[in-house]
Amino acid sequence: MRASYPPLSRKITNALMLALTGLCTVLVLSVLLTILGYLFWKGASSLNIDFFTKNPAPVGQSGGGVKNAMVGTLKLLTLASAIGVPIGLLGGIYLSEFAGGWSAFTIRYTTDLLNGVPSVVMGIFVYTLVVLPMHHFSTLAGGIALGIMMIPIALRSTEDFLRAVPRSLREGGLALGASKSETIFTIVIPAAIYGIITGILLDIARVAGETAPLLFTAFGNLFDSRGWMHPTASLPVVIYNYAISPYDEWHRQAWAAGFVLLSGLLAVSVISRLILARGKKLSHG
Amino acid sequence: MAKAALVIPEIPFQSRGLDRKQTWWERLRKGDEVVHLITLAGGWSILVITALLVQHLWVYSRLSRHAFGWHFLVDSTWDPVNGVFGAWPFVYGTVVTSLLALAISIPIGLGSAIFLAELAPRKLSNALTFLIELLAAVPSVIYGLIGIFLLIPVLFTVVPYFQKYFGWIPVFNGTFYGVSYFSASIVLSIMVVPFIISISREVLIAVPVSQREAMMALGATKWDVTWRAVVPYARQGIMGSIFLSLARALGETMAVTMVIGNVAQVSTSLMAPGYTIAAVIANEFTEATGDLYLHALIELGLVLFAVTMIFNALARLLMLTMKGHEVVG
Repeated sequence: MRASYPPLSRKITNALMLALTGLCTVLVLSVLLTILGYLFWKGASSLNIDFFTKNPAPVGQSGGGVKNAMVGTLKLLTLASAIGVPIGLLGGIYLSEFAGGWSAFTIRYTTDLLNGVPSVVMGIFVYTLVVLPMHHFSTLAGGIALGIMMIPIALRSTEDFLRAVPRSLREGGLALGASKSETIFTIVIPAAIYGIITGILLDIARVAGETAPLLFTAFGNLFDSRGWMHPTASLPVVIYNYAISPYDEWHRQAWAAGFVLLSGLLAVSVISRLILARGKKLSHG
Repeated sequence: MAKAALVIPEIPFQSRGLDRKQTWWERLRKGDEVVHLITLAGGWSILVITALLVQHLWVYSRLSRHAFGWHFLVDSTWDPVNGVFGAWPFVYGTVVTSLLALAISIPIGLGSAIFLAELAPRKLSNALTFLIELLAAVPSVIYGLIGIFLLIPVLFTVVPYFQKYFGWIPVFNGTFYGVSYFSASIVLSIMVVPFIISISREVLIAVPVSQREAMMALGATKWDVTWRAVVPYARQGIMGSIFLSLARALGETMAVTMVIGNVAQVSTSLMAPGYTIAAVIANEFTEATGDLYLHALIELGLVLFAVTMIFNALARLLMLTMKGHEVVG
């Protein structure tokens, strides 16, 4: 009697459903591998030196590259970090060390909501905020758009890592006679620094692939963009424009640009996890 | 100085009051208050930015709001040349693609989350989750690229066979051009599935062991335990992950723009090309001539913003209550 419980039908359901869950996982993983594999295969075979060193060739001619777009993306990310990182850090310190009650709740909730604003809406916002008053697209506007998108994650990850610092460390600092700000800057932040850096690197990697907000702010440019007040090309926008174009040569370059962009993002992702692992090792022994 | 030092110890309560006043200055001098105020400014800038965002979307959509009112959402004429704007085809496309994407990704995502949380050994589960979360790190424009050059050619070979047998059903009939609601939904489902998996997995893992043991003690199989004891316990968190994915799917721009076809029409067939709110903004914003046209597009942005905010807020609330739940349970 004991051996026949649970009944066969339930055993079959059990095996079937558990197998299905495994199948779901395999399906998702195979989609991931297909995407990465296909991108790396198409992208790597489309790469050459010109791609990195030349600006786009006129339509119809083969050759040319996306040097201006790579420079543009780097400039945009620099500007975005200059805006997003300080505000995110300060806000994170405020939430973790000073805020309490309704103030903390309001800021935290608003940050999460801001994080969920569709990127295309962020593009509209910065268009009305910067581009309309200036009357033209610019690197500045693109950087501001990406910078605002960076704030929520920089802020919340900084807060999370600061919160994870044990209370006893803070008390130790205060007991030695340090002021609260001295404790924060010499004890709490150094203890969480690896985590904070990881969060910011991942944040930069996230906005590096954003396309929609750049369409109406940084726009695009076939040539080098000098200074901050002119439209600039960027890798994601180039991928979009080339992918929907009818030219094979541009398709090839879209793959190459996608390959370069994704390799960069994945590299940052892996490096930041290594930094975090190293930080954990240091703090545990 | 000397006199004060003599007097104060005799009146302890007054001295405490004096201390407090001085402490603020002391803290200011030491830098505590300065740091507090500077970081406060950092935190409050979030509120300022969000308020500005809402104000700008509201002000810059006024012409369209005044001209069309609520009809804007249900009229299906989008005619920039004559200045008539109705957003129904875009609203319809956005809702259809997002819901279909969820219909595809919820079972698959939940299945994977159950596998990763309940069946796989923890180390394997962590490694696989890391891989799956890489899917979330892929930029949307790259999904669009894959969609155009890999998914659509594949669908072109698969869909005709499918239509041969199921083409009589209205939602599957019609000529298939590659770009369609269906293609967009598949791309969207791939994009949101990592969110469903990683959040659901977290909440499933957080379900107390006692919950499982109680069900096991009743003689339940592994699947019964999971499906009747663990999943219902975690349902709030799972719902949260679904709302979060829905908000993301509604607002997704580039990948959808690249595979949906960008035709402002309403079709019952999922195999027909369509349009979404985010896609029309991305395509027409820089070409919008005239204030009314621009304001109509910004009103679309306002609609998108409002809807995604509602679902995000719901998701956050559900996950907050879930966190409270964990602490209690």
